Amino acid sequence: MSDFLFFLEVSLAGLGSGALLSLTALAFVLIYKATRVINLAVSEILMMGGYFFFALAAGMSLSPWVALPLAIAGGGLIGAIVERGVIRRMLGESAISVFMVTVGLGSVLVGLVEFVWGTNPRTLPDFTGTAPVFIGQLYISRKIAIAFVVASLVIAIFLLLFRYWRGGVALRATATDQAAAYSCGINVPGVFSAAWIIGCATAAGAGILLGAIGGISPVMGAFGLSALVVVIVGGLDSVMGALVAGLLIGLVEAWAGTYLGGEYKLVSTFIILIVMLMVRPYGLFGTTEIERL
Amino acid sequence: MAADTILSVENIEVVYNKTIQVLRGLSLSVERGKVVTLLGSNGAGKSTTLKAISGLLELENGAVTAGSIGFDGRKVADDTPHGLVRRGLFHVMEGRRIFEDLTVEENLTAATFALSGRGVKPTSFDLVYGYFPRLYERRTGRAGYLSGGEQQMLAIGRALIAQPKLILLDEPSLGLSPILVEEIFGIIARINRETGVSMLLVEQNAAVAFAVAHYGYIMETGKIVLDGPTDRLVKDQDVREFYLGMAGGETSRSYRDVKHYKRRKRWLS
Ligand SMILES: Nc1ncnc2c1ncn2[C@@H]1O[C@H](COP(=O)(O)OP(=O)(O)OP(=O)(O)O)[C@@H](O)[C@H]1O
Ligand SMILES: [Mg+2]
Repeated sequence: MSDFLFFLEVSLAGLGSGALLSLTALAFVLIYKATRVINLAVSEILMMGGYFFFALAAGMSLSPWVALPLAIAGGGLIGAIVERGVIRRMLGESAISVFMVTVGLGSVLVGLVEFVWGTNPRTLPDFTGTAPVFIGQLYISRKIAIAFVVASLVIAIFLLLFRYWRGGVALRATATDQAAAYSCGINVPGVFSAAWIIGCATAAGAGILLGAIGGISPVMGAFGLSALVVVIVGGLDSVMGALVAGLLIGLVEAWAGTYLGGEYKLVSTFIILIVMLMVRPYGLFGTTEIERL
Repeated sequence: MAADTILSVENIEVVYNKTIQVLRGLSLSVERGKVVTLLGSNGAGKSTTLKAISGLLELENGAVTAGSIGFDGRKVADDTPHGLVRRGLFHVMEGRRIFEDLTVEENLTAATFALSGRGVKPTSFDLVYGYFPRLYERRTGRAGYLSGGEQQMLAIGRALIAQPKLILLDEPSLGLSPILVEEIFGIIARINRETGVSMLLVEQNAAVAFAVAHYGYIMETGKIVLDGPTDRLVKDQDVREFYLGMAGGETSRSYRDVKHYKRRKRWLS
């Protein structure tokens, strides 16, 4: 096999994990856009999505096609409970204290998972098949290909909804000026709830895709940290930024991991992050006045 | 509240951050179908009055600590801010507050949420473009790129989309050239005549406000100091002198002789 074909295969795999990064980043962006909260627990809600699916499909032996929507809904439910029960009560408190609450929530979720399922990694019941996918001569893992297609579709749908759906207008209006959004009759608390529910459901869905590829474990939330880097590089409030930066970082990590060695994956990510913070601290597509945390 | 009163504000007191009292027993009312103006100097509490009515006060950590506000037969305290909008009370805020990143059309779309759950037919955007043809030309452009006057038109356009019973207008003349002020106030008067919507108009520019309003209130540091039909207010000696900037009658009185007005104002800009 030629070096060039190998390079293309590595790149495709990179795009695959990049799409998952983008999807997870989307969860951060949605929640940040509406409520100006950096919800660090997105990482652990991603993990919860994997475990919900595991519990339903392996534990209760439900069909994966039933377990899938239920697990995603489970992520949304966590979002609803957290937004209603905690975040809304903290309205007007400093950004840093709300941020710390989401950090705490993340630890609680990890503790919960370790308590119920233990610390050992698990594999998810297969629901995608394993036959590899070929594009011409190029080989790609079936699961990564599926993750790429699903994540891209979901992001495309989000972009379209943002642009053309009335609810998307309500979200962008709320993000720009809350008081003015109220004055137009927009149910602003409703927009907050919707963003948390949809954001957390998205994270849970990403967790299932990720778990299908590499299995689940209480530490899989670390993937969310890479996604947070994606968000910072792309711009905290930009869906397009999440998409572009996710693919970019997925690619760079794949190249670095293959050609430099596995230990250079994270290094390359953080080099991108640092360069970005120096050159454009508000991200590729972010709004300029975003405060830094 | 009388049947023909759309808004009645009774003896309200407003406090910000639980400490700063801004309104001290302010009362006013708006008759259905009429334009009422509320005048006062910088910091008198005009915007605060409007925010108390529309419920947006709570977003700024302000609260109505005494008195009551009734809109269209019900207390406003029972409604959420967006609920009030859906009940027909639209607040065009000071400084226009259009959504700059959104297009003109999307700004109008945002205002369609005011019709949620009301069982009314959606307003055609053509109603807005009829009053403000310039917005039609720029309908797909970013609202942030509109001129100040066009942004004010868009802010009023959003109110039209909401099919309100009462519009609260906070200083629509702010930062606009005299010609544009005249044009916009002409349209405000037309909207009132043609749609029958009531208006409470906050202004610093007393001359244009008197030209469209039927009734006027003048406030100073948190309460009303003078009110009356506008045709009577324009003849009032103090008002002529200090709010319309005209020299008063035969003896031009010294500023200190007028007890209720503590500061010299520049009303006619
Ligand atoms: N969010 C707030 N927190 C604390 N104080 C406030 C707040 N908003 C207004 N104030 C104070 O309340 C007083 C009245 O303000 P308000 O904005 O109602 O005045 P105004 O009559 O609308 O003035 P202007 O003509 O300049 O718009 C001012 O002294 C102002 O400093
Ligand atoms: Mg004001």
